[in-house]
Amino acid sequence: MKKFTQKVLEKYHHDKTRLMDILIAIQKEFGYVGSDAVEQIAQELSMSEVDVEQTLSFYHFFSMQPTGMYSIYLNTSAVSNMMGRTQVAAAFEKATGIKFGQVTPDGRIGLFETSCIGMNDQEPAAIINNRIFTKLTSFRVKEIVRDIKEGKPVTEMYTAGFGDGANRDDAVQSVVSNNIRKIGPILDPNYKVGEAIKKIIAMTPEQVIAMVKNSGIRGRGGAGFPTGLKWEFCHNAEGDRKYIFCNADEGEPGTFKDRVILTELPRLLFEGMVVAGYAVGAREGILYLRYEYMYLEEYLEKILSAAREKHYLGKDIMGKTGFDFDIRIQFGAGAYVCGEESALIESAEGKRGEPRDRPPFPVEKGYLEKPTVVNNVETLCSVVKVILKGAEWYRSFGTAESTGTKLLSISGDCRNPGVYEVAWGFTVNDILEMVGTANPVQAVQVGGPSGSLIGPNEFNRILGYEDLATGGSLIIFDENRDLLTDVVLNFMDFFIEESCGSCSTCRILPSVLRAKLLKILNARGVAQDIDDMLAWSRFLKASRCGLGQTAANPIVSTIKNFRHLYEAKIQTRKAYDTGFDLSRAVQEACEVTGRIPNI
Amino acid sequence: MNQVVKFTIDGIECMAAQGQYIVDAAKENGIYIPTLCNYPGVKPKGSCRICTVKVNGRMMTACTTPVAENMQIENQDNEIIELRKAIIELLFIEGNHFCPACEKSGNCELQALAYRYTMMVPRFPYTFPQRAVDATNPKLIKDQNRCILCKRCIRAIQDEKGRSIFAYHKRSNKVEIGLDPKIGKGLTDELAQKSVDVCPVGALLIRGRGFEQPIGQRKYDKQAIGSDIENM
Amino acid sequence: MSKPIVATTSLAGCFGCHMSVLDIDERILELIDLVDFDKSPVNDIKKFSRTCDIGLIEGGCCNSENVHVLKDFREHCKILVSVGECAIMGGLPAMRNGIPLRECLEEAYLNGPTVQNNKLKLIPNDPEIPILLDKVYPCHEIVKMDYHLPGCPPRADLIWEALIALVTGGEMKLPYEVVKFD
Repeated sequence: MKKFTQKVLEKYHHDKTRLMDILIAIQKEFGYVGSDAVEQIAQELSMSEVDVEQTLSFYHFFSMQPTGMYSIYLNTSAVSNMMGRTQVAAAFEKATGIKFGQVTPDGRIGLFETSCIGMNDQEPAAIINNRIFTKLTSFRVKEIVRDIKEGKPVTEMYTAGFGDGANRDDAVQSVVSNNIRKIGPILDPNYKVGEAIKKIIAMTPEQVIAMVKNSGIRGRGGAGFPTGLKWEFCHNAEGDRKYIFCNADEGEPGTFKDRVILTELPRLLFEGMVVAGYAVGAREGILYLRYEYMYLEEYLEKILSAAREKHYLGKDIMGKTGFDFDIRIQFGAGAYVCGEESALIESAEGKRGEPRDRPPFPVEKGYLEKPTVVNNVETLCSVVKVILKGAEWYRSFGTAESTGTKLLSISGDCRNPGVYEVAWGFTVNDILEMVGTANPVQAVQVGGPSGSLIGPNEFNRILGYEDLATGGSLIIFDENRDLLTDVVLNFMDFFIEESCGSCSTCRILPSVLRAKLLKILNARGVAQDIDDMLAWSRFLKASRCGLGQTAANPIVSTIKNFRHLYEAKIQTRKAYDTGFDLSRAVQEACEVTGRIPNI
Repeated sequence: MNQVVKFTIDGIECMAAQGQYIVDAAKENGIYIPTLCNYPGVKPKGSCRICTVKVNGRMMTACTTPVAENMQIENQDNEIIELRKAIIELLFIEGNHFCPACEKSGNCELQALAYRYTMMVPRFPYTFPQRAVDATNPKLIKDQNRCILCKRCIRAIQDEKGRSIFAYHKRSNKVEIGLDPKIGKGLTDELAQKSVDVCPVGALLIRGRGFEQPIGQRKYDKQAIGSDIENM
Repeated sequence: MSKPIVATTSLAGCFGCHMSVLDIDERILELIDLVDFDKSPVNDIKKFSRTCDIGLIEGGCCNSENVHVLKDFREHCKILVSVGECAIMGGLPAMRNGIPLRECLEEAYLNGPTVQNNKLKLIPNDPEIPILLDKVYPCHEIVKMDYHLPGCPPRADLIWEALIALVTGGEMKLPYEVVKFD
């Protein structure tokens, strides 16, 4: 490990801000970053060991203990559960003889859980040594574990053909499916690389920004900040260097459309980054890619190399003197909060993914304290189309406030889960009709756990910034689902696990709320508990970032829209119940002393 | 000279140098905004959220937001007061705060805030987490039971080479403070004392030193935290 | 009109809070004029003889008997008050909450430095002994508590003010110096 670590440190020029890359390289090679490596890194980078561990212990895919020659990470998302995760998990435990969170005594297999891995349309899914396995069944699990015991490389463990489109590319070779169900102007495969660059280099950066502003496009990650304005702020900010980040950390459970873009249209995305770079005057672009999509690394690097060869990247791009721009990939290591732009920047600087306080905004002081634009994958792709076909054309799609189209990641109880590109302004009813549902729909989660869960009386609402703003995740639940257990509890667990732990509110309150929810689910709740949850949720608004501020949304939105589900579970005879259970409280003492409870 | 800006706090007209953080600007105008994670001379972090105020109607942390011309700040708004009480209570139930057995009692900022906001009992259930006391350092005792994760030690204490002696460990509700086992060993008396001084609670203590001041003579026995600012 | 009736008890406490009641000094004469006592260690009445107006609870719940006594108080008292840190948050007995119960018992009866002659390796298990709870519980996590008076012990003035307020129905004065947690 020592030699390898030394080499990695040299590769990244002993640069502290590249700590993520250093740790990722070691984790990938050995399956863990041991205390020896920590000591070595600390010494070489002139940091303390606790400081190295500060970053190391933050991310889900880093471990200080061995995670097994084969590390299996099974997705725990709500949809994964709905599609049979429980049986798959049981099959893994049975076949390996260990529980989740453990490694087999021979060090061969490690079994872990992980938050949504962006495969909601093909669950249950798992990551094994950075390769994706989808649509798992208990039978398939037995095959996989048998192969592992025989020592087969992961790439040889696939039994079916590769997925569709570029999933078959030599550099991908993955069983993942794109499931593109509806193509619009962004997903249109008839796109010629380089045309947009050719067009912008004949324009001034100001003209490019004006065009983007004129198109009315807003950030597609969910927050909806006007893209042109963001670019303008960054363009006008003082700074000898500026950066373009593409946020490809899509971690909101239920969203996977960026994965499909990265697979099918990476050139479009990279061209979008070049356009952004030209507009704001940046020379470096960084694609911040979630660790879960590591299986695309080789493929994306290949495309970047090809782009350099064709002068879409590099020095004097397409012959424009002085227009230099290149892109590197920065991997995350498993932290939902890094999808927040300032947390993403912190992470890219080798630190814990803790959001920053604003002001200053990243466009003034971002990556390495320099003006930085962070744009979503889909935003950058859309911009290329705006450049090619004009702002007028773009505005012809969607509504007045929400121009253009939106890629939706649709999953759950529907016949055709996958990616749909629709113009803004579709109602939820339109969408349900489009995807096809077998059973009556009880609820739709719009925008992942931080969004809201709505019932049929709101299915006539439209998708758009003026009504139901969404990053594009829609999860459908039919009448057979238990919303409180299958959805709300799962989402609360997600928020608890993914809090960065910095703000007191977001670190403590979600667990308190979860305990209340459990009290109600355990039939010990009273009416006051519902009121308490609503009242206490408000304190989360004081949290620094969107994760904390919305961490109670699963509870708040279901109390608002499905209050009857809570009311059906609370005790009507009692106004007060602490939930204390004497027989459970004495259980441990009876076990230790060998007594029969005589309470 | 710095430009002076005018702003209001709860309707009271105030003045301060532009770029000053709201907490400091308020202090200069004799107005106390409670803080916990903030410490003079250390880069603000805005992690405890207790200093949350409404700036032109929006919740912002006063320790990280600079004042600007015509800002309307609300510090005594009911929602803000309720939020602060809740945060104090949350910090009490998150850890194991046995005030009667704590060396810092009477000088503890968390406790002092609970006094100021008259906390009789937290509304949230106690969690009684299992947490360790780290007594491996030759100079310091680190009691995780009492830590409120404000990061003051992380930000304020570095060795002569600029390396952090304290750091966060893990994330979510599992986060804790790590004390570097190696360079922590070389802690000077001065730095050890500084660590104890920056800690708002009793999570960092000098080894072998116990209760020092009698009840009644401690910092917050008779004077509410912040009253020095208000009586300036 | 009959006088309000007060009952008191000490659960997992040290009787310090009861001592603090005595700390009201000469006001104790006034108190006797104002209230009658029912079940309380003060008068050694063991069982409730009637419904009480105010129950003062010292100590948290560390065993099954504490729970029964507390529930008995809840049934017999119109208003229940947690008096002191132990009743409010478990207090010093709750410092065991951070240690698994098995470890606590084994340290106390099997492995601790003060253990002598326990050749049978027995942890007391007579059915007469109340059973320990998995942790020490604050009173309000067992039954509904109406008021809380913090302190270790609560200052005599705080207890006095609270009693007077409860008995007379007046507003309670809470000067800064009286609300303390130690």
